[in-house]
Amino acid sequence: MTEKIATREAYGNTLVELGRENRDIVVLDADLAKSTKTIKFKKNFPERFFDLGIAEQNMIGTAAGLAAAGKIPFCSSFAVFATGRAFEQVRNSVAYSGLNVKIAASHAGVTVGEDGGSHQSVEDIALMRVLPGMTVFVPADAVETAGAVRAAVSLDGPVYIRLGRPAVPVLHGPDFRFVPGKGVVLRKGKDATVIATGIMVSAALEAAELLAKEGIEAGVLDLHTIKPLDVEAVVAAARETGALVTAEEHSIIGGLGSAVAEAVAEHCPVPVKRVGLPDRFGESGAPAELLEKFKLTPQNLVSSVKEILTRK
Amino acid sequence: MEIKQLRAKAKEIRRHIIRMLGRAGSGHPGGSLSAADMVTALLFREMRLKPSEPDWPDRDRFVMSKGHAAPLLYAALAERGFFPVDELMTLRGLGSRLQGHPDMKKLPGVEMSTGSLGQGLAAANGMALATRLDGKDCRVYVLLGDGEIQEGMVWEAAMAAAHYKLDHLTAFVDHNGLQIDGPVARVMSPEPVAEKWRAFGWHTICIDGHDMEQILNALSEARTIKGRPTMIVAETVKGKGCSFMEGQEDWHGVAPNPEETEKALLEMV
Repeated sequence: MTEKIATREAYGNTLVELGRENRDIVVLDADLAKSTKTIKFKKNFPERFFDLGIAEQNMIGTAAGLAAAGKIPFCSSFAVFATGRAFEQVRNSVAYSGLNVKIAASHAGVTVGEDGGSHQSVEDIALMRVLPGMTVFVPADAVETAGAVRAAVSLDGPVYIRLGRPAVPVLHGPDFRFVPGKGVVLRKGKDATVIATGIMVSAALEAAELLAKEGIEAGVLDLHTIKPLDVEAVVAAARETGALVTAEEHSIIGGLGSAVAEAVAEHCPVPVKRVGLPDRFGESGAPAELLEKFKLTPQNLVSSVKEILTRK
Repeated sequence: MEIKQLRAKAKEIRRHIIRMLGRAGSGHPGGSLSAADMVTALLFREMRLKPSEPDWPDRDRFVMSKGHAAPLLYAALAERGFFPVDELMTLRGLGSRLQGHPDMKKLPGVEMSTGSLGQGLAAANGMALATRLDGKDCRVYVLLGDGEIQEGMVWEAAMAAAHYKLDHLTAFVDHNGLQIDGPVARVMSPEPVAEKWRAFGWHTICIDGHDMEQILNALSEARTIKGRPTMIVAETVKGKGCSFMEGQEDWHGVAPNPEETEKALLEMV
């Protein structure tokens, strides 16, 4: 269980497999192929790889045209640029047009590290989640990433996949089945549930372990799909444990925490504590230092669970 | 279709545009009328199309990047047989397939949803890359506005089309010189237009965009160009064909009232 692989690395590897299986898959990048790992696809299938240079808007627009002509384009850049710089192209040329474009963006969240706040996307989930018809995947590890990328191909329509820079623990075995829109109960709880996405899933598992030592039974629900949200699993966690802590490497506004709060407010109101970036940008530092600074740690999830228990 | 018939068809399309906008009570007449001759030449002479099979994989593609000219696109598609001409009068109404700006999900023959300016050329590039990958001999056409080329993304796409040597892509700039806030040259000058496209690596042809013979000649020339895309910079008159709209910026986005509609139609007999 100690093996670590970056989700962007798993993305690059899966693209190569898919490139062999499906000739309609094409890949676009905006001068970041080495970082997003689309370079692996480029090396294997140069005729199906298009570098658009430092021009993310044009990358998304070009992908829309490729999709309109029957291709399955994957577009990659850093999350900040793919969803922010090109937002209106994603909105109108891709989502409004209902086109089969997959946006797989890496370097999401503060674990970008030293490059600093200009490059650390803490709003991409919110931006993509609000678009009608957009599916949003935030895989927690290499196995979920492979599943998300394959699921993206089988879904007809726009998909956003959020990927990260650092190597993260592999949580799932090879027999794990990625089902779009279905949360994964990684640990059953009684007192509270930590609902986590992306790299915060492994932190949630560690936190649950620590809490168990203190006699607190916290469940862990892994939501690799933010949209469509698994409302059933969220409501079940709310009913069974009566308190929820959400955990994401993203702003607490508009991301997983918001989605969960919206669902329980309508279907099963229980206390909710959102852990994430508190309406602020990131900054430079080592990834581990930044996770510490922004309280995206198992220790903080432990105190958040304890806090929510006092509100039950 | 021969030149004489094309001219008559363009006139018929202009009449549809006036009738549609008069009925809808809103929309963009100026830029629809200025580009009518080019779109007629494309849909009725230049392009390989199968209106009975709008998704035919071997078809040529036309992207109306200046989506505000939706009435023109709709009138031409209906006349070409993609959907009933009667439906034109539903323009902009609730439940209509003829949305205020073109929606590819709703209407057959619309290759790309446009209206947010500056995005059509990138999509056309994508189509050109896809058909080339598939080994098809399809051609791709785009119509841009001269105000539209103020959008920075147009130049990203201009660079990419030349970089990828998309010689089966031909674009028009409808150079009518006017945009909502006034003359294009005064709002934010894109001049010199032809030189810019040339500098971006495009084969560039300048024509009178209302002269059917010049339009057809330019399209023929584009077919002979290898290794780079072609830009046809077409000098046009905004509101062309309707005396009181011609060259008037105020007719960019205002529909004619019933009397004005009547008057315009009388001029287009």
